[in-house]
Amino acid sequence: MGLLGPNGAGKTTIVSVILGVLDPTAGEVRIAGESLTANRSRALGYTNFAAVYASLPGNLTVYENLRFFGMLYEVENLSRRIEEALDAFGLKRFRDAKCGVLSSGEQTRVSLAKALLNRPRLLLLDEPTASLDPSTARDIREMIRAFVANSGGGVLWTSHNMYEVEDVCDRVLFLSRGRILLEGDPKALPRQHGKTTFEELFISIAREPLALERI
Amino acid sequence: MSLRRTAAIVLRQYYLLRGSPTRVLPLFVWVSVDIILWGLITRYLNSVASAGIDFVPALLGAVLLWDFFIRVMQGVTTAFFEDVWSRSLLNVFGSPIKISEYVGGLVISGIATSSAGLVVMQILASTIFGLSFFKYGAALLPFLMVLFLFGIALGVTGSAIVLRFGPSAEWLIWPIPALLSPFAAVYYPLAALPMWMRLVARLLPPSYVFEGVRKIVGGHGEYDLGSLGTGLAAGAGLGVLYILLAGAFFTRIYKQAVRTGLIARYSAESLS
Repeated sequence: MGLLGPNGAGKTTIVSVILGVLDPTAGEVRIAGESLTANRSRALGYTNFAAVYASLPGNLTVYENLRFFGMLYEVENLSRRIEEALDAFGLKRFRDAKCGVLSSGEQTRVSLAKALLNRPRLLLLDEPTASLDPSTARDIREMIRAFVANSGGGVLWTSHNMYEVEDVCDRVLFLSRGRILLEGDPKALPRQHGKTTFEELFISIAREPLALERI
Repeated sequence: MSLRRTAAIVLRQYYLLRGSPTRVLPLFVWVSVDIILWGLITRYLNSVASAGIDFVPALLGAVLLWDFFIRVMQGVTTAFFEDVWSRSLLNVFGSPIKISEYVGGLVISGIATSSAGLVVMQILASTIFGLSFFKYGAALLPFLMVLFLFGIALGVTGSAIVLRFGPSAEWLIWPIPALLSPFAAVYYPLAALPMWMRLVARLLPPSYVFEGVRKIVGGHGEYDLGSLGTGLAAGAGLGVLYILLAGAFFTRIYKQAVRTGLIARYSAESLS
């Protein structure tokens, strides 16, 4: 599921609400059927996240970060899971390196390794490929695709890269000022709204959200 | 309550200490400097005072216990500050950890680091200045326990204040022990305080500890066990009360931070 919208649309706010670090003004969050309000700890145990603005502590090594967060998420067979994650994300040679000295791409891979440690049923990714070069971004997308294929978990993905969204998402939600303006299959939506590309559709909605609100 | 999640907070603190001499040294250096400084002062006072008066147990012992109390408080707050400094509040509070587990981890980290400082202080005080608390045996434990309780309560309160007001508020937290020390009657009897300060002192658990210590060392082994026990029980009762209040305060601040979105935007420092 892609969560799209111009800056300030409310994408990160929604991710924060799902993570339980921001109370919703109305409604209730349920993760895998578990109420976040009634049983926050269990509900958050089904999820995990990676965000460009929430890098892992730079003063811990890759291994220490994965051990620390693996314990917070009560991951079973944690030592084995850490080795699997290091292997899957090509992080073995950075195992004992402090996260703070890694490049942006390497830090993103560590964040994703942390986010997948507990095999979440709902993975939240807030601009996971922002500031990455196209080649690294493609590798990251492949890793997330592999996670979805192997685990069946759902992913809520925010991005400003329309090519990426069209490529990886089955469904998208367009947000503006905290409201959903449009939803559907990113491959079909442009044609349905008389646009040739997904990016063109995004720009038209971002510039004239009121036109869609009236529909 | 998950012990594993609490252990994660303690393990994180261990990782940080293990890899950082700048974190390990302050656990020992400042308390060592205090012990040596005050040890030399007490030695000098012994040389100029009337024969029979020994300042070492009363004054150096008080310094040792007060430094221990400060280490307990700072052990808790520093463990919290690590999340502030590394900007990992969102990662931590966005995980399944409960507030009780998180605060429990901070407290255990504080107990571990302050105990290490206590051992070093005791070794220095006994080997250089002949002050050994070991001769008091288990009788010393209630005094340490009261200081533990109040140090933890203040540490949790300080962490809550920084959570509420942002990283810059940490400068409000470091001087708290210095602000309390005149009221806690660390170096002089309660009777030396004006009445209004004595009333404040009665609300502070350390004042009961230091009054008790003075009774023991001043009585040369003879003291009224009943009044000593009553004082310590009052100190312990206040300590427990303050811990409960501090826990409730932290929880309230956390809930407010979730309501206003402060955790998600912590660097803004205030969103209410």
